[in-house]
Amino acid sequence: MSEILRVENLTKFFDTSGGKLHAVDGVSFSLEKGKTLGVVGESGCGKSTLGRTVLHLLEPTAGKIYFEGKDITKVGKKELHKLREDMQIIFQDPFSSLNPRMTVSDTIAEPLILQKKLQKVQIGQEVEKLMDTVGLADRFANAYPHEMDGGRRQRVVIARALALNPKFIVCDEPVSALDVSIQAQILNLMQDLQEERGLSYIFVTHDLSVVKYISHDIVVMYLGQLVEKAPSVEIFRSPLHPYTKALLSAIPKPDVHEKSKRILLKGELTSPINPKPGCRFAARCLYACDRCHEPQVQKEIMPNHFVACCRAEELMTGTLQDG
Amino acid sequence: MSEKDVLLSIEDLVVEYSSDSEIVHAVNDVSLQISKGQTLGLVGETGAGKTTIAKAIMQILPDPPARITGGKVIMDGENLLDLKEDKMQKIRGNRISMIFQDPMTALNPTIVVGKQIMEAISLHEKVSSREACRKAEEMLEKVGIPKERYSDYPHQFSGGMKQRVIIAIALACNPELLLADEPTTALDVTIQAQVLDMMNELKQEFGTSVLMITHDLGIVAETCDCVAVIYAGEIVEYGTAAEIFDNPQHPYTTGLFGSLPNMAKEGGRLKPIDGMMPDPTELPEGCKFAPRCRFATEKCRQGRPELRSAGGSHVVRCMRTS
Ligand SMILES: Nc1ncnc2c1ncn2[C@@H]1O[C@H](COP(=O)(O)OP(=O)(O)OP(=O)(O)O)[C@@H](O)[C@H]1O
Ligand SMILES: Nc1ncnc2c1ncn2[C@@H]1O[C@H](COP(=O)(O)OP(=O)(O)OP(=O)(O)O)[C@@H](O)[C@H]1O
Ligand code: SF4
Ligand code: SF4
Ligand SMILES: [Mg+2]
Ligand SMILES: [Mg+2]
Repeated sequence: MSEILRVENLTKFFDTSGGKLHAVDGVSFSLEKGKTLGVVGESGCGKSTLGRTVLHLLEPTAGKIYFEGKDITKVGKKELHKLREDMQIIFQDPFSSLNPRMTVSDTIAEPLILQKKLQKVQIGQEVEKLMDTVGLADRFANAYPHEMDGGRRQRVVIARALALNPKFIVCDEPVSALDVSIQAQILNLMQDLQEERGLSYIFVTHDLSVVKYISHDIVVMYLGQLVEKAPSVEIFRSPLHPYTKALLSAIPKPDVHEKSKRILLKGELTSPINPKPGCRFAARCLYACDRCHEPQVQKEIMPNHFVACCRAEELMTGTLQDG
Repeated sequence: MSEKDVLLSIEDLVVEYSSDSEIVHAVNDVSLQISKGQTLGLVGETGAGKTTIAKAIMQILPDPPARITGGKVIMDGENLLDLKEDKMQKIRGNRISMIFQDPMTALNPTIVVGKQIMEAISLHEKVSSREACRKAEEMLEKVGIPKERYSDYPHQFSGGMKQRVIIAIALACNPELLLADEPTTALDVTIQAQVLDMMNELKQEFGTSVLMITHDLGIVAETCDCVAVIYAGEIVEYGTAAEIFDNPQHPYTTGLFGSLPNMAKEGGRLKPIDGMMPDPTELPEGCKFAPRCRFATEKCRQGRPELRSAGGSHVVRCMRTS
């Protein structure tokens, strides 16, 4: 098995009126070819920023991004442009990711036209093939985005992302705005494409049932930092970081009789602007102690299961008293 | 349910969108009741007509192309559809407020987020601007955004943070009726729980009624007293939350439950309902779900099934319900 992407200490700060906003702060992980890495975490924790920075759509503040072994933070503009064909993104916002004045076929054809490799006729054939791949009927070729429902719109977005035959796609909340039955159709489609084409995905989502279904590995972020990383099954079976535990406990269940026992997060909000060095979850953590106000290092608590929490071992063995 | 407990009642509402060549039959004879202090869930596929119903209540449908061709929306004995625009304007924001599905178009990109919340507060409460500002900071924190971010512009916020600002604005005016259109689609479960709790507080404290539009059956189970399932602009099943969850009757509703990713299971394939909703410009004659229904018979394709009682307050629009 080979690695397609490796990210080391990736960091992205934004300058704001209040100071440096730590949107992504020292994140490291790797992704195997043909696999899916799920990225989950609180709204505003830096998932979209991570996705964009990995593709170098945002200039990283620090850190390295190796795509097929090559550090893409170092390559020139021209080479980056070439690499972009292999790396695509599906954006979060379903309302603004399509140009309202372009038809479906023009939207899908655009990257092929810009690439300037194919003749007009070939592009037409390619667009037909792509529409077929994502399950869009021919009759939509001349439709505009507002004439289609959300599920079909998302199929157009996927067809466009596939146009240049990429190896790797960052999917930023691709199904969050869709209802469950259409969500299921799109997730199945993405899985089929992965199997057929050996695609690798980074799959950003706040929906835990979706991430569980589609990911091989999962990383959990909290205020810009990676707090837990493990195989998908493992995270759901034995979450170790207190934030991950709270997150899993908060999933609403489609059952009117079972009132869920969620761990409510209370306590002061921590701002990502000029944060203090300690654990960023400390203000809301049930187990916070003195050691938590020092920087937390990531440790491999179990094989392939990494946690950035000084009390993770105690939590795992159950020797912990609530702090 | 006695008559006086009802805050808003929709009767036989019909809404169409017309373009040069076609008519989209978006809402077809919909009747719903929202009781005081209760939450009614409205669930259904994309394009089913959920947003159109909410916008019809608010009287903010784009006309053209939208036209309300029949029905009433009654609040306090008055048909809102007959009110003059200046009267309706007073109701909007004061008595009824809406959380829009698309936060990007509902926020002003040139004004800092805190000020947008503050303006909503000042508009509805006679308070000093200092006090309004303090309240706006409090609302920000309540939706999980540190007050230090008051002076940021919308583009500096993440998708979910923008959605939370919209929620803060809608809740700031303590409405009697809150129309929440997919209010938490961009939020993770912990923040979602916080937001749902806030709505619950509003319900407890001020007796606010809520129309909760969502495709998340987990949210419905957790927040709704009653549920209406809508398909192709028609109510196909309606009842208390317990009736719908314990005993879903309509084949579309059972299909919805079947397509949920199951948290208890690992891997496997999801089971979406096969096929697509019919084209709303050419709705089928009989049962609109017939083309996708595995129980469909000739009878289903002939006449439109009426809503039939399935016991209690539970009604179902299906020939199989007897
Ligand atoms: N252009 C920008 N300028 C300043 N701050 C920004 C900018 N873009 C994002 N941020 C901030 O960076 C942090 C991370 O934002 P990001 O969009 O990556 O979050 P997210 O995890 O994708 O959240 P969501 O689930 O709500 O989409 C937030 O605090 C956000 O306000
Ligand atoms: N401005 C418009 N012009 C023409 N047709 C429209 C317009 N707005 C909505 N429609 C159509 O009316 C029908 C109902 O749309 P509506 O937005 O109410 O559905 P919805 O249930 O809210 O769906 P979603 O879950 O995607 O938000 C759809 O077929 C839609 O395409
Ligand atoms: S480091 Fe401390 S505060 Fe942070 S999650 Fe672990 S126990 Fe909680
Ligand atoms: S009326 Fe017939 S086609 Fe319609 S849902 Fe019932 S069984 Fe299916
Ligand atoms: Mg995001
Ligand atoms: Mg809608």
